[in-house]
Amino acid sequence: MVESLLAQAEMNGSVNVAMNIAFGIIATVMIFAAFSVVTTKNVVHAALYLVVVLAGVAAQYILAAAEFVAVSQVMVYIGAVMVLFLFGIMLTRAQIGKEEGLNNSGWQLGIPVALLLFGLMAYVIVDTYEDTVIGERTPFATEGISDQVLAPFLVPFLAISFVLLAAAIGAIVLARKD
Amino acid sequence: MLAVNFLLLAAVLFCIGVFGVIARRNAVMVLMSIELILNAVNLNLVAFALMNNNQEGQVFALYVIAIAAAEVGVGLAMVLMIYRNRKSIALDELSEMKG
Repeated sequence: MVESLLAQAEMNGSVNVAMNIAFGIIATVMIFAAFSVVTTKNVVHAALYLVVVLAGVAAQYILAAAEFVAVSQVMVYIGAVMVLFLFGIMLTRAQIGKEEGLNNSGWQLGIPVALLLFGLMAYVIVDTYEDTVIGERTPFATEGISDQVLAPFLVPFLAISFVLLAAAIGAIVLARKD
Repeated sequence: MLAVNFLLLAAVLFCIGVFGVIARRNAVMVLMSIELILNAVNLNLVAFALMNNNQEGQVFALYVIAIAAAEVGVGLAMVLMIYRNRKSIALDELSEMKG
């Protein structure tokens, strides 16, 4: 990996050092926060750590030249989904603070599964994309997304609008008291 | 910038989410872990869009965001209903349909 970065430096004259450092810092924070989401004993803290992960993902989208997706991520996830989660926590438990019994009895089983999965995926990814360098390129125009959504992906777009409508009605029907 | 960076970060997030789904007993926390998994996939889609200089990956990411929002809405409504009926959202206690 270091060799390919050096090769990129020779090719372009410079590596985008700031971008790599920003990626590293954000990635570290995200991994720490994601780990806290699945290990903390406090449900509200888990939700707040999830906000950190989602904000980090939005920042990575900006680094990956996907500004529109980043803004959608902030609005949909941090704005709407997190409020839903906090309401869900508030309505399903009275206890504030640390809570026992958040994990299954056989929760240790998840550790080897996750490690094995990560080992497999890391091997495949590094094996395939070891030397692929994302070069400097002109940023995407947001206009391109609307061109894609409204011409080749119009039918899935309409289908998703129906799915959202059905989900909204279904959520109201399910959560209604009667 | 190396492609491996984005893909490995997404793999780490995905595996942490899988661990959360397996380990957690509280239904709301399982839903949070599912959000982690969906975000990892989205990160992959956006990274591939950047790698191949093709915006279709970003469109897919937007669709995944929409589906995730619908999923969380319905999921939390179901959790609320289970809580109202049973006063508990521990997933291992929901065994009525066990054969």
